[in-house]
Amino acid sequence: MTLLLAVLSGFVLAPFAPAIHNALGRFSGWAIAVLPASLAALFLVLAARGDGAVVESHAWMPGLGADLHLRLDGLALLMATLIAGIGAAIFVYAGGYLAGHRHLGRIYAYLLMFMGSMLGVVLADNLIVLFVFWELTSVSSYLLIGFDHADAKARKSALQALLVTGLGGLAILAGALMLGSVAGDMRISHLLLHREAIREHGLYTPIVLLLVFGAFTKSAQFPFHFWLPSAMAAPTPVSAYLHSSTMVKAGIYLLARLTPALGESELWNGLLTWFGAATMVVGAWLAFRQTVMKLILAYSTVSALGTIVMLLGVGTTYAVEAAMVFLLAHAFYKGAMFMVAGAIDHETGEKDVRNLGGLSRSMPLLAAAAALAALSMSGVPPLVGFIAKELAIKAVLPDADLGREGYALAAVFVAAAALGVAVALRVGFAPFFGAKRETKREAHEPPASLLLGPGVLALLGLGAAVAPGVLATPLVEPAASAALGAQAHPHVALWHGLNLALALSAGALVLGVALFRGQWAIVGLAAPATRPLDAIGPSRLYEHALAAVLGFADAQTRVLQSGSLRRYAFITFGVIVLAVGATFMLRRPLDALPDIGDARPYEIGLVLLILIGAWFTAVARNRLAAIAGLGLVGYGIAIIFVLFGAPDLALTQVCIETLAVVLLVLVFYMLPDFRSFSTRAQKARDLLVALAGGAAMAGLVLVVADHRPDMTVSDFYAENSASQAYGRNVVNVILVDFRALDTMGEIVVLVVAAVGVYALMKLDPTTRDGATTGVEKGGEE
Amino acid sequence: MNSTILQTATRYLLPLLLVFSIVVMLQGHNKPGGGFIGGLIGAAGFALHGMAFGPNATRTALRADLVVVMALGLAFALVAGCLALASGQPFLTGLWVSVPFPGFGEVKVGTPLVFDIGVYFVVIGVVMTIVLSLLEENA
Repeated sequence: MTLLLAVLSGFVLAPFAPAIHNALGRFSGWAIAVLPASLAALFLVLAARGDGAVVESHAWMPGLGADLHLRLDGLALLMATLIAGIGAAIFVYAGGYLAGHRHLGRIYAYLLMFMGSMLGVVLADNLIVLFVFWELTSVSSYLLIGFDHADAKARKSALQALLVTGLGGLAILAGALMLGSVAGDMRISHLLLHREAIREHGLYTPIVLLLVFGAFTKSAQFPFHFWLPSAMAAPTPVSAYLHSSTMVKAGIYLLARLTPALGESELWNGLLTWFGAATMVVGAWLAFRQTVMKLILAYSTVSALGTIVMLLGVGTTYAVEAAMVFLLAHAFYKGAMFMVAGAIDHETGEKDVRNLGGLSRSMPLLAAAAALAALSMSGVPPLVGFIAKELAIKAVLPDADLGREGYALAAVFVAAAALGVAVALRVGFAPFFGAKRETKREAHEPPASLLLGPGVLALLGLGAAVAPGVLATPLVEPAASAALGAQAHPHVALWHGLNLALALSAGALVLGVALFRGQWAIVGLAAPATRPLDAIGPSRLYEHALAAVLGFADAQTRVLQSGSLRRYAFITFGVIVLAVGATFMLRRPLDALPDIGDARPYEIGLVLLILIGAWFTAVARNRLAAIAGLGLVGYGIAIIFVLFGAPDLALTQVCIETLAVVLLVLVFYMLPDFRSFSTRAQKARDLLVALAGGAAMAGLVLVVADHRPDMTVSDFYAENSASQAYGRNVVNVILVDFRALDTMGEIVVLVVAAVGVYALMKLDPTTRDGATTGVEKGGEE
Repeated sequence: MNSTILQTATRYLLPLLLVFSIVVMLQGHNKPGGGFIGGLIGAAGFALHGMAFGPNATRTALRADLVVVMALGLAFALVAGCLALASGQPFLTGLWVSVPFPGFGEVKVGTPLVFDIGVYFVVIGVVMTIVLSLLEENA
C-alpha cells in the first residue's frame, strides 16, 4: 500500500493545491514541498530498511493482465528519490519565482500531477501501468509548458511536445504489448526470465525499434531533440524540474530498465550508441551558439541525455555504472543551473548572457551556487561532474571492452565535453564575474525560496564527490545493478590514478576554456556553414509534417463534410447499398421471398398507409405537408410495434415522433423558401439510391427474420429479469440494470450533444455560421 | 405564437403530462415506460408550454437551469452506481431494499430506480436545451 499511496498522493493533493495557496499565500510553496520531501525520505528509508526490492501489487484489471504491480528496486530508487527530492526544491522555488502570479495554485496542481505520474513511471512493474503513467507525464507536461496559455508560442510549444512525446507513447504501447505477448508476462521484473525467448523471437527487432523510438522522443534524442528547447516556453521552475532532471530522463529510465531483457544485441547497442553520440555532439554545438540562458541549458541538456544514452548503448558494466553516475551528477548540476538562470532573470529581467556581467557583488550567494554547479558541469574536481566525466571517458576508451570505435566515441565525447565546459562557464561564470553591466532591473540577492533549490543541489554535487558513501554510492550502486541485471560496483571516487582518462578530462577542460574565450568568433565563423542545415533541420520537418496532416484533414473534411444533406444521405446510403448488395450477391442468403399469406388485413392496410405517407413526403410541394407525411410514417411504425408486442418501443417512437415534429416546425423559420433545385436527372439518381437503400434494408430484415439468431442472450434477460433484477419489463431492466453502464454512456453523450447544440446556437451570434471559429474562440479564452 | 386556445389548453395539459411522465417513469420497471420515455413525455409537455407562452416563460416555469437539470441527472445515475461500489460490489450493481409504506404494504426501492430518475432528468434537460435554443432563435 505504501508505494501506491506514494504514487497517488500527488494526484490526491493536486486539486487542493489552489486552496492551499489561497490559505497560506507566500508560504504555500514551502507547505506543499513537505509532501515531496517526505516522499523522498520515505523512499530512502524503504530502500535502507529492506534487502532487495519493495514489491506491491493491487488488483486493477486482472482480466487484461494489467494489475498495479509496483516495485521499488535500485533503479526506481535513484529516479524516485530524484523526482521527489528535486520536486521539493522546485515547489519552494516555484513559490518564490511566481510569487503573486494569479495562477500559482494551478501550477502547483499541475506539478503535483506531474510528480505523481513520474513516480508512477519509475515505480511501475507492469508494462501497461508504465504506459499509463508515461502518457500522464506527457499530459501534465503539456499543461505545464502551456501554462502561460495566453501566449500563442507557449501553446504551440506545448502542442509540439505533446505530439512528439505522444507519438513516442503510441510506439511504447505497441512495443510493450508485443513484448508482453512474446514474453507471456506483463511484469517488467519477470521479463529477464524470458530473455532468451524474447531475443530469438521474430518480433524482437520491431519491439526494440518501437521502444527505443518512444524512449528517444521522451528523452529528446536526435532527431527528436527539437521539442525540448521549444518547451522552454514553460516557466523556469517547470523547465528545471521536467526538462532537466526528471521527465526527459524517463526515456533513459526506460532504456536502462529494459537493458537486462532487451540489451546486448547489435541492434540495441548500435542504436543507442550512435544516436546517443549524435545527440551528444549536436546538442553541445547547438548549446554553444545560443545566447539565451534557458536555451543554452536546454540544448546542453539534450547533449547530456545523449551522453547517457550512448553510455547505455556501449552497455559494458563500466559504461552502465558511468551512465548512472552521470544521470545523478547531471540532475544535480543542471537542476541548479536552471534555477540559477531563472533567479537571474527574476532579479534582473535579463535572459541573454551577453547582457550580463559582474553580478557576484550584488548576489554573492547565488553566484556561489552557480559557480559550484558550473564547475560540476565542467568536470572540475572535487565535484561529482568530474567523477561522471572520468567514468564516462573510461567507459568508451578502447582499453575497456570496446574495439576501435572506442577511439571515435572518446574523441566525440571529449569534443562535446569541451563545448559543455564553455557553455557551463557562459551560464555559470560569465554573468557573475568580469565587468559589471547595467541590467533592466537593479540586481539584488534573490529571496531564500529562490536560493534554496540551486544552493542545495549545488552542495549535493559537492557532497556526492567528497563523501560518495553517504548518498552517491547507495543510490548509484543498486541502480546500476538493476540496469545491468547483475551486481555492479561503481567506483565513485575522485582519484582513479594517473591515466589516459584523467588526461583527456583535463584536455577537455583546457579546450573548453579556450572555446569559451573565442566563443562568439567561432560561432560567427561557423554561421555560413550551419545556416543551410538549419533550413532542413528536424524542427522544419516537424512543421512540414504537421502542415501536411492538417492539410490532409482539411481536404478530406471538405470532401466528406460538404455540408449538403443530400450528399451525406447519398454517401451513407450508397455505402450501405454497396456493402449489403455485395454480400447478397456473394452469399445469396435469401432463397425465396417469405410467404405473406398469413398477414392479417389490417396489417397490410397499415403497411399501405406507411407507404402512402412515404410517397406523400417525397412528392409534397411544401414543408408542412412533407412533415405530416413523415409523421404518418412514424406513427404507423409505432402501431406496428404495438401490434407485435413491443409497447416500450411504440411509446418511445410516439414521443420521438411528436418531438421531431415540434423540432422541425421550430427549424422552419430558419430555412429558406421551399424550392426545388434538382434537375430531372438528379431526381432520378436520388430515386434510384433511395429505392436501392430501401431494398437493401428490407432484404436485411428478411434475412434476419429468416435466420433466427442465437437466443441465449435474450433468453437470459427474459429469465433473469424478474428473479435477479426484480423487474418484469425486460427492456427497462436491461436499460437500467443489466446494461446500465451502456445507458450511462448514452446519457453522457446526450448531455454532450446538448452542450454542443447550445454552443452552436448561443455562444456568439457573430460567429454562428462557422463551427470552427467557435472552437478557436473557445480555445483562446 | 400567441394563441389563447393553445395557452389555455397548455395550462391544463402541462400538469397532466408531467404527472403522466412521472407515472410512466416510475412504473417502467414492471410495465411499459421508464426514465427515457417518461423524460420524453415530460419534455413534450414543456415544449408545448414553450410554444404557447414563449421560451422565457418556460425557463421561468422550469425553475432550474437546464444545465443543472442535466448535471443532476448524471449525478443521480452516478450515485446509483456508486452505492454498489460502497457496499463492495461492482459499479452499477442493483441494490434493493423494501420500505414499508403505510396503506400500500411493502414497496421495493432500488438503485435502478435512482438510475432511471437520472435518465429522466437528463432527457428532459437535453430535449429542452435543444427546443428552447431553437425557440429563442426564432423569437
